[in-house]
Amino acid sequence: MTTAVTLNVFYFLSFVAIFSALMVVFSKNPVHSVLYLIITFFCIGGHYLLLNAEFLFIVHIIVYAGAIMVLFLYVIMMLNLNKESEPHKSTLLKVAATICSGLLIIVLVGSLKGTELMMTQQPADISISTVKSLGKVMFNDFLLPFEITSVLLLAAMVGAIMVGKSETAER
Amino acid sequence: MINNIPIDYYIWLAAALFTIGVLGVLYRRNAIIIFMCIELMLNAVNLVMVAFSSYLNDGAGQVFVFFIMAVAAAEVGVGLAILVLMHRNTKTVDINVLNRLKW
Repeated sequence: MTTAVTLNVFYFLSFVAIFSALMVVFSKNPVHSVLYLIITFFCIGGHYLLLNAEFLFIVHIIVYAGAIMVLFLYVIMMLNLNKESEPHKSTLLKVAATICSGLLIIVLVGSLKGTELMMTQQPADISISTVKSLGKVMFNDFLLPFEITSVLLLAAMVGAIMVGKSETAER
Repeated sequence: MINNIPIDYYIWLAAALFTIGVLGVLYRRNAIIIFMCIELMLNAVNLVMVAFSSYLNDGAGQVFVFFIMAVAAAEVGVGLAILVLMHRNTKTVDINVLNRLKW
């Protein structure tokens, strides 16, 4: 791909990602928020493809769009949320929230400006994001965090079942 | 492909997505939307990690993204279970009602 095409794809994906992220926050219906969040996740997956991280793209689509968002939709369906049951915040709090996040982005822009000058860019090497080399890194350098992650997932599963179990069932 | 786009473009995109996540947490009162905005913030961090991993040719950043995804999945599972339990007791997902931790 040439530079101009790649840059245009980047701009398109970024625009759609930021637009649908804003729509997640501002849409009244929770189901619409979930659907916009799925669009955002697919755009972030497209960025992973642009960065040559194909395996991470697949994992991202499976985990986020396939598992987590289905969980969100299922819970919204189970709780029967819609536009009418949506709680409303006062205008003062909304203005305060907007000002706070505006200040946050000013701080982020100020502190991250000039970061690109601090690093020297390496020549592109697409072999680091293959499954083989990622597996080597994960099971050589990060073996203990990997095992701890498996314990964490087990604990989360047990915890979710314990919390979600109805109280009348145990009697 | 990756060398065409400067790294600071990814930094600005991730900063914007993170700020939108913070805005959502502060702006909304629906607890499920707040969970979704936390997911958005985690994804902004993931994006900047993958970008630096690709630009510096270091696989460790991409492995960290796996761990962040695992933590996010665990967090969503437990969080939504707690939310369903609270909804069963209080019939609402408004965080201003859920703030007293006892009822």
